[in-house]
Amino acid sequence: MSDISQNNTSMGWFSAIIRHRSTWPIVALCVILIVDGFISPNFYEIRIVQGRLFGNLIDIMYRAVPTALVAIGMALVIGTKGIDLSVGSIIAICGAVISWRIHAGDTHFVILLYALGAGVMCGVWNGILVAGMGIQPIIATLILMVSGRGVGLLINSLYGGTNPSFESPLLQGLSTGHIWLIPTRLFVAAAVFLGIWLLIRRTALGLFIEAVGGNASSANIAGVNARFITFLAYVICGLCAGWAGVIMTADIHTSDPISVAMYIELDAILAVVIGGASLAGGRIYLGMTIIGALIIQALTTSILISGLRPEYNLVVKAVVVLFVLLLQSANARQAIATIFSRLKR
Amino acid sequence: MKVKTILLGAAVASGLFAASVSAQTIGFSQVGSEGDWRPAFSADMQSTAEEMGIELKFANAQGRQEDQLRAVRAFIAQQVDAIIIAPVVVTGWDQVLQEAKDAGIPVFLADRDVEVDDPSLFVTRISADFNLEGRLAAAWLAAESRGGCNIVELQGTVGSAPAIERNSGFMAVIDQFPAMEIVATQSGEFTTEGGKRVMEAFIKSTDNLDGICAVFAHNDNMQLGAIQAMKEAGLNPGQDVLMISVDYVPAIITAIEAGEANASVELRSAIGQFIYPVVLEYLANPTELEKWIVIPSDLHTAH
Amino acid sequence: MTGLGSPRVELRNIHKSFPGVVALDDVNLSFQPGRVHALLGENGAGKSTLIKVLSGALAMDSGQIFLDGQLVDVTSTTAAQAMGISTVFQEVNLIPAMSVVKNMALARNNGRYGFISWKRARKDATDRLKRLRLDIDIERPVGSYSVAIQQLIAISRALEDNTSILVLDEPTASLDAKETASLFAVINELKSNGIAIVFITHFLDQVFDISDDVSILRNGQLVSTDQIKDLTRQDVITQMIGRELDEAEHTAADKSNFTAGKDMLVAKGLGRHRTLAPFDLTLRAGEVVGLAGLLGSGRTEMVKLVFGAIQADAGSIEIDGVKMPKISPQKSLRAGIAFCPEDRKAEGLIGELSIRENIMLSMQAKRGWLKRVSRKEQEKLAEEMIKALAIATPDAEKPVGQLSGGNQQKVVLARSLASTPRILLLDEPTRGIDVGAHAEIIALIRRLCADGMALLVASSELDEIVAAADRVVVMRDRHKIGEIDGKEITRDNIIQMIASQ
Repeated sequence: MSDISQNNTSMGWFSAIIRHRSTWPIVALCVILIVDGFISPNFYEIRIVQGRLFGNLIDIMYRAVPTALVAIGMALVIGTKGIDLSVGSIIAICGAVISWRIHAGDTHFVILLYALGAGVMCGVWNGILVAGMGIQPIIATLILMVSGRGVGLLINSLYGGTNPSFESPLLQGLSTGHIWLIPTRLFVAAAVFLGIWLLIRRTALGLFIEAVGGNASSANIAGVNARFITFLAYVICGLCAGWAGVIMTADIHTSDPISVAMYIELDAILAVVIGGASLAGGRIYLGMTIIGALIIQALTTSILISGLRPEYNLVVKAVVVLFVLLLQSANARQAIATIFSRLKR
Repeated sequence: MKVKTILLGAAVASGLFAASVSAQTIGFSQVGSEGDWRPAFSADMQSTAEEMGIELKFANAQGRQEDQLRAVRAFIAQQVDAIIIAPVVVTGWDQVLQEAKDAGIPVFLADRDVEVDDPSLFVTRISADFNLEGRLAAAWLAAESRGGCNIVELQGTVGSAPAIERNSGFMAVIDQFPAMEIVATQSGEFTTEGGKRVMEAFIKSTDNLDGICAVFAHNDNMQLGAIQAMKEAGLNPGQDVLMISVDYVPAIITAIEAGEANASVELRSAIGQFIYPVVLEYLANPTELEKWIVIPSDLHTAH
Repeated sequence: MTGLGSPRVELRNIHKSFPGVVALDDVNLSFQPGRVHALLGENGAGKSTLIKVLSGALAMDSGQIFLDGQLVDVTSTTAAQAMGISTVFQEVNLIPAMSVVKNMALARNNGRYGFISWKRARKDATDRLKRLRLDIDIERPVGSYSVAIQQLIAISRALEDNTSILVLDEPTASLDAKETASLFAVINELKSNGIAIVFITHFLDQVFDISDDVSILRNGQLVSTDQIKDLTRQDVITQMIGRELDEAEHTAADKSNFTAGKDMLVAKGLGRHRTLAPFDLTLRAGEVVGLAGLLGSGRTEMVKLVFGAIQADAGSIEIDGVKMPKISPQKSLRAGIAFCPEDRKAEGLIGELSIRENIMLSMQAKRGWLKRVSRKEQEKLAEEMIKALAIATPDAEKPVGQLSGGNQQKVVLARSLASTPRILLLDEPTRGIDVGAHAEIIALIRRLCADGMALLVASSELDEIVAAADRVVVMRDRHKIGEIDGKEITRDNIIQMIASQ
């Protein structure tokens, strides 16, 4: 430990940047975008089509929104040393609720509240299992993960049909619409991000989550209500997944419980981890989580435009993610800093 | 390659057999009830049997091969006249099929194939042909575009049998036309969301589908996603670009009626009318059949 | 020294330090064949470190180990095992769900190329158990046997043909009297085979029952080694907890003109089955109540029951005459009680959070999560606390896990004080702290008391209690056995109470 601080003083800001946890994810994102420029010459082009901004860069942000929304909630849950595997199923349930209530003829604004409410209820369920009954998070949320898509199908069967399609100006406005050239969903994501950020950093919730994730029994003895804080994290995660459910369901104009948001929990967890958090809990990096979600989507988009055969997609994605995570590890950052300091001498 | 026979006019023939053959007992072991297609297939098998005066013993294996083996052994014990199996998996069939053969009960396969050492263990497989669906789509496209077309393809889940076969069937036909080419292909994982996501990227990488004359999607769900992506980008699917896909689900029928999609190859679920006549004819007159009898695929268009 | 023939194992000038703590300071010890040698000392005295060094689990900083007169280099537990040094650690590391034979096979490689020969493993296990006259089904999972049998299984696993010294770290901690007796029978038999036995325990009765020699460690130093026949219980207790105080601490303990304030906390019949027998306790404003007793007597449990960190199943607590509906850490904190736990790492600090965040945690918890303490206030508070308690750190943003032990203890104390408590519960406030900080903390306790706070201080250092407390609660065997106050608070009186049967 002591030789690190010595290095720091002798190496100065350069070394500090290399060691900072935010540096490498941002570098990785830039590298992916630069490589894209070589793959596709007009990659950076942004035009106005149908009254909105249109281009690959916009697409990456646009498509990253659901993952980012889920990842924001996931960051809080992981902060408590937990995990929520059920987010994909929550999205499926929200989709089914939306389609069901639209066919029942409810006001669309009320339907939005229903959908978010369904997300919150799912979060409450997870929270009760984890914080109330003390079931391990991975098992507790597995229950809803496995059953949630079935619940979605069941809701759909209430009014017939397995993939009922619908139209909703309000919800589709939120998902695929635009305000002053900018896709509405970016505003939704920004609002949710800001809301959650204010919630955890302008109250003591963030500190308490980090305390509980860092050492639950210490936090409890210090007077933090560890159970309640954990419960709250799952509820917020459910709400975030609910928002993602609204965006995704409105996007495809149908409720598709079986396949919607498949494996989104993995992407969300990955985004949180790329953002520098540890699955061992104790820290929340909200901003870097968004960068993580953007990296994942930038990667997906680049593979789509690269013309690479689909068989290679997952392999390429895995290699790049592995590389980013390696850069993100403390040991690797230390090693890189050491190499640089040797070169400088 | 197995020899395939396209059974044409089977539907017509079915009427004749239903009248002429006394009530037969047939055991049918179904895979399970996943997705949309399979429950529809099960329902059709049951209702068609009733119409044709067949006594059908139906067993749902819930996706488990051991349940399926148990069901087949039960059929053998009940001395049914014939057994139809829609296999859960490809391997592990030799023994139970041998038992059926020893009991003198002919076995027919529906839908998926099996791998056995002795091909005489089953009479024939009666199913649709994913490869044929791909060829049919390509043939329609070749005719519509007069043999010259740049195509983007939305593949199904990488490595799945329908994705592999629909792609290779499609390729086999367009290879005959020098001016037809797939310029971009990606997997949309058979979902609307996937189709939309991939199409958005294609729109950018091909400069608003400049020079693209057709979109071939391995299923309708992906095509519906692609249609949404194109509409959001200000393009006119079905008019600027030809849209062809496979499945013929209700939503694509609506899209075809609205002029946003052009054609869809039907993956039939009502196939009892193709399967039972083959079985009944064999029972009346046991002769060596081809090992694969293909159920014809229909292509549906707006006109 | 005992002076009985040549020692089996001799430890010379053993030094071992961890960041911020000297765990072993120039320890010289020898163990004789055919004798049971008890090692005594409070938590953190260095017993565990000593046996870890002896068994090769930890490398010592300096010193020498002689085995039968020969200088040896114990580099690993495997090496120690090969030399005939067998150790059964406190945490019995058997895997409960695995069969006895599998647990036995895990410890050794009896096959070639990393394969296990189960036939040989079964024979090996049966032979080993036979040595301890243990006739059990070796295919049953270890967890299905009683703790005593598990303990014997662990011992038989550790014993080799060439074992010349067997180290047992608190083998009786979870055994009842009958089970202990059967374990002692085994120990006596091993002893008669000429094996040297090192026995660590905190049950004094057992020391007098089984051991031949006794060594006492305190704060990493060897206090004494004697034959048991030359000792009384009183001697042992005195040596374990009776440290001579520094002058500074004596002056801090000026309580000639003490008058207690009003009752602030009254516990009535508070207790928990199997943890602590029901007790009454009153804490008054401006009074320090000391909590004395040997390790395992229930000191920590009493403090935790009062705070609600352990849920009581009997009794109640009144604060300012009002009965608390429920006793929990959150409720206690709101009622103005703060608690510094003994185990800093497990229950005190959140290692990854900064000093600032750790300090303000309780205060924030008291205010509730919605009313956040502003960053500015947090920084001011942290600065004040760092200055007031002389916490050695470059800045308040350093992760608390990187601080030394004494400074970590101060951070826990700072957190409690930051919540502005009226009642402060301290469990071992000076554990693992150097002499300078020790005096500071005792002085701080007196100062807080003078400001009208009510304090409960549990400590294994008897003189610390004598110096700081206005009233002393004495514990033994998970019972409160009495209270003394005023002039009666002397070392001898307390030792008398603990030792009396």
